[in-house]
Amino acid sequence: MKRKSFGSRLVASPYIVWAAIFIIVPLLIMVYFAFTDQSGSFTLANISMIGKYKKAFGLSILYAACATVITLLLAYPMAYCMTKMKISSQRMILVIVMLPMWMNFLIRTYSWITILANTGLINTFLQKIGLNPVQLINTPGAVILGMVYDFIPYMILPIYTVMSKIDNSLLEAASDLGSNSFSKLRRVILPLSLPGVISGITMVFVPSVSTFYISQKLGGNKTLLIGDAIEFLFNHGPDYYNVASALSLVLMAMILICMAIMNRFTDSDEGGVII
Amino acid sequence: MKVLSRLYVALILLFLYAPVAVMIFFSFNSGSSVWVFSGFSLDWYNGLFHDETLMEALKHTVIIAFLSAIISTVIGTAAAVGILAFRKRVSKKMMMSATNIPMMNADIVTGISLMLLFIFFGKLLGLKESLGFITVLIAHITFNLPYVILSVMPKLKQTDPNLAEAALDLGCTPVKAFFKVVLPSISSGIFTGAIMAFTLSLDDFVISYFTCGHYQTLPIVIYNMTKKTVTPDVYALSTLIFIVVFVLLVLYNVIQNKSDKRRGVR
Amino acid sequence: MKKLLVLVLSIIILTMPLSGCEGGYEYFELELLGEYTKELAGTQLNVYNWGEYISDGNYDLMNVNKEFEKLTGIKVNYTTFESNETMYSQLKSGGVSYDIVIPSDYMIERLIKEKMLKKIDTGALSNYKLIDDSYKGLYFDKTEEYSVPFNVGMVGIIYNTKHIKDIEHSWNVLWDSKYKNMSLNFNNPRDAFMTAQMLLGQDLNSTNKSDWDKAAKLLKKQKANLQSYVMDEVYGKMETGEASVAPYYAGDFLTMYETNEDLAFFYPEEGTNIFVDSICIPDSSQNYEAALIYINFLLEPQVALHNAEYIGYASPNTAVINNEEYYYYGNEILYPKQEDMPTVQYYHDIDEEIRKYYEELWLDIKLY
Repeated sequence: MKRKSFGSRLVASPYIVWAAIFIIVPLLIMVYFAFTDQSGSFTLANISMIGKYKKAFGLSILYAACATVITLLLAYPMAYCMTKMKISSQRMILVIVMLPMWMNFLIRTYSWITILANTGLINTFLQKIGLNPVQLINTPGAVILGMVYDFIPYMILPIYTVMSKIDNSLLEAASDLGSNSFSKLRRVILPLSLPGVISGITMVFVPSVSTFYISQKLGGNKTLLIGDAIEFLFNHGPDYYNVASALSLVLMAMILICMAIMNRFTDSDEGGVII
Repeated sequence: MKVLSRLYVALILLFLYAPVAVMIFFSFNSGSSVWVFSGFSLDWYNGLFHDETLMEALKHTVIIAFLSAIISTVIGTAAAVGILAFRKRVSKKMMMSATNIPMMNADIVTGISLMLLFIFFGKLLGLKESLGFITVLIAHITFNLPYVILSVMPKLKQTDPNLAEAALDLGCTPVKAFFKVVLPSISSGIFTGAIMAFTLSLDDFVISYFTCGHYQTLPIVIYNMTKKTVTPDVYALSTLIFIVVFVLLVLYNVIQNKSDKRRGVR
Repeated sequence: MKKLLVLVLSIIILTMPLSGCEGGYEYFELELLGEYTKELAGTQLNVYNWGEYISDGNYDLMNVNKEFEKLTGIKVNYTTFESNETMYSQLKSGGVSYDIVIPSDYMIERLIKEKMLKKIDTGALSNYKLIDDSYKGLYFDKTEEYSVPFNVGMVGIIYNTKHIKDIEHSWNVLWDSKYKNMSLNFNNPRDAFMTAQMLLGQDLNSTNKSDWDKAAKLLKKQKANLQSYVMDEVYGKMETGEASVAPYYAGDFLTMYETNEDLAFFYPEEGTNIFVDSICIPDSSQNYEAALIYINFLLEPQVALHNAEYIGYASPNTAVINNEEYYYYGNEILYPKQEDMPTVQYYHDIDEEIRKYYEELWLDIKLY
C-alpha cells in the first residue's frame, strides 16, 4: 500500500535551494579562491602557505584544546551538581548560566581587561595587601581564560541536558547491585552523559580555535592565532583573498576532521548538537 | 556533600558574573573611564538614549534578529517536515550533512565564504555596494536554519504518523492535517528553535562583521568602540539589556514553574 | 507560541522607544562662509574616517555630523576605520560604497594609482582657499585634483613622568629593558616598522628588501620588551598608567594630556614620520554632490576650529592656525618653530612587491 504522507518532500525545496546557494556555493567559491592566484589560474601556492602559518595553527589548536579541557573540567561537576538540586532551583540556575549568553560577548571579554590589567582590580588588590603585582593580561593564560569564560555555558548546557535525562531508576539499580558512588559515576553516569560531553567539546573547541577577538583583546595583539591571521589578511585588500581562503579552508578541514573523530565516540546519526 | 556542591555552583556562577559585575559597576561611573571609578552617576544612561549610533545599531540588531528568526523558523520547519518525508536514506543523510555545515563550521569561515559570495554576486550585477541589510539578513537566516531544523526534527519524529494519516483518511487536506494535527504536537520544538535563532542572531558578531556593510548591528558598533577608548555608555547599554533579559527570563521561569505545579509535575 | 510572542514583543516594546529619542544635544549657532541649501535633503552620505577623528559633541564642542544634517537635511552615515589598509580593503572589495574617506598621504597615492578616486572640483569649494598653500599639491596629489587636506601630524613618543623621570629622546626607548612590559608599539605594519627604520637610519620608503629584513629583526627583538601592540587602545593604557611609554600621533598626546597631566611627549632625535590626512571622494561614491558640500562644510572656519580642538592634530586651515582664540594656537608640539622642527619623512606608496614583502614580515613578527 502506498503510504500516505501529510508532508510532501516539496516543502523542503525552499530550504534545499537556500542551502545550495548559501551553504554549498560559498564554500565552492572559497575553494576556487584557495586554488587560484589573482589572475585566476590554478595554483597550489596558497595552500603551501600553511607551512608559514603552522605556528599560528599550532598555537590555536593548543590554546583551544587547553580551553576545552579546562571548560570540561569546570563544567562537568557543575552540571552534575545542578542535577542534584530541586527542579525549581535547577531551572533558576539554568537561567543564570544562560543569561550572559544574551549579552554581548565582546563586552564581557572586554571587562576582563579591567580585572586583569596591571592597574586592574586584582593587581590593585594585591598591592593593597602588600604583595607584588603579577602579569596577568597579555599572556597566553589570559587568552585561554577568555575562551573558557566566553564558551563555558556551551559546555554546561548540553552536559546538563543529557544528565538530567538519566533515569533515576538506573542509578538505584546500580546501588542495589552494590555500586558505590564512584563506580556509579564511572559506570553509569559517565557513559550516559558522553553525548552531552561530545556536543559540549564541539561547541567550545570550534569557536575557540577560530577566534580572533579574544586574542586581540586579552593577548595584547602579540599572539597571532589562525583567526587573527585570516582577519589580518582579509583586512589588507583583495590581493590576500586567495591566501586567506586557503587558510580558512585548512581551518575548516581541520575542524571537520576533529569533529569526525569526536563523532566516532557517539552513535547518533544526526551528528547534531544537543541543547 | 550538599554544601560542597552548592559552594561549587556558587563559585562557577561567581566566575561567570565577575565581568558582568564589573560592567554594571562601571556603568555608574561619573568619569569617562572603565578603569578608574570617580563617583556615582547616571549620566551614561542618560547620554545613552541620545547616542544615535548605538540606538540605530540596537534597532538594526533587533530587526535582523526578529526577521531572521521568523524566516528561518518557517523555512526550517518546512525543511524538517520535507526531509523526514524523503524516502531514500542517502538523500536524507546528504541533506542533514549540508545542514550541519554552518553549525559545525567556524563562524569566521562561514562569514568569509558568504562575503565572497555576496561580493561575487555584486560584481556580477555591477552593484556599487554588495553588502547591506539584505546580506546580513541572508547570513543570519543561513546560520539560524540548522538550529531550527535540529530542534523541530526530534519532535517531528516523536509524533505518531498514524495521527496525520487518520486526519487524511477523515477527509482533511494535507495542509489542514498539518496545521490541525502535526503543528500542535511539534510547537515546543518550533518555539525552542525560534528562540535559539533569535538569541544567536542577537549575539552574532563574526558573521555580521564580514557581511554587514553599512548596516551595522550592535556587536559591530561595540567592536569598533572597543578598538578605541571604551566609555561607560557601552557598559550602560549592556546593563540595560542584561536587566531586560533577566526580568523576562525570571518571569518566564515563574510562569513555567506555576504551570508545572498546576499540572502536578514535581 | 504565545510565550514567544510575548517575549519578542516585550523586547521590541522595551527597545523601540529608545531608538525614537532625539535631542540632548544643543545645536550651535553657525557662522558660515559658504552657501548651504536643503536641495539634497533626504539623501544619505556615507563617511568613512579614522576613529576619534571628528568633533562629536563632547567637551562642549559641536557635533559636526549633526550640524551638517540639520543644515542640509542630508543624513550622514558615519563609520570609522583604524588603519589605512583596512580602509583600502573595504573600498577595494566592492562590498561597501563610501562618499567620503579620509586616508593618509601614501594611501591616497595608491588610490590615485589604482584609479579608485573621483576628481574633486576644488573650484566649486568656496572654502578651499583657506587651506595653507604649503599643504596644497603635495607629492601624492601634485595637481590638487583628488584630495583636500584635513589634518597634519607627526609621530612622537608619549611617556608617563610618574614612572619615568629621565628619558632618552630616542626611538631606542622602545627597546630599553628598563621599560619591559610597560612599552607599547603600533599595531599596523607601516608605523611599527617606522620605529625600527628610524633607529636604523633607513629611508622609510626603502625598496631594498634587506633594509626591511633588518628592521624586522629589530622588531622581533622589540616584541619581547613590549606590553602590547595597540592602535587607539593607547588612550586607555596611557591615561590610566597601565603602560609607561608609547609611540603615537602628537595630536592624540594632547587629547590624552587633558585627562592625565603626568604624560609628556617628545619627538625622537633620529627624526620621525610626518603625514597629511586628506579628504577624498571614492570612485564608488553614490552621492558626489553631497560629498562636495560636506567637504566645504569641513573647511568652514568654525567647523574646522571645533574639529582641530577636538582631534588635537595640526590643522592645515589658515582660519584655524591664525585664530588667536584657538585652544592650541601656537602650540609647540603641533606647530614647532622652524629651528625645533625634527627631521621628518613622508611615507610613499611602495610598489606592490615590497609592500607584500613587509606585510609578510609583519606577520612573521607577530608569529615570532
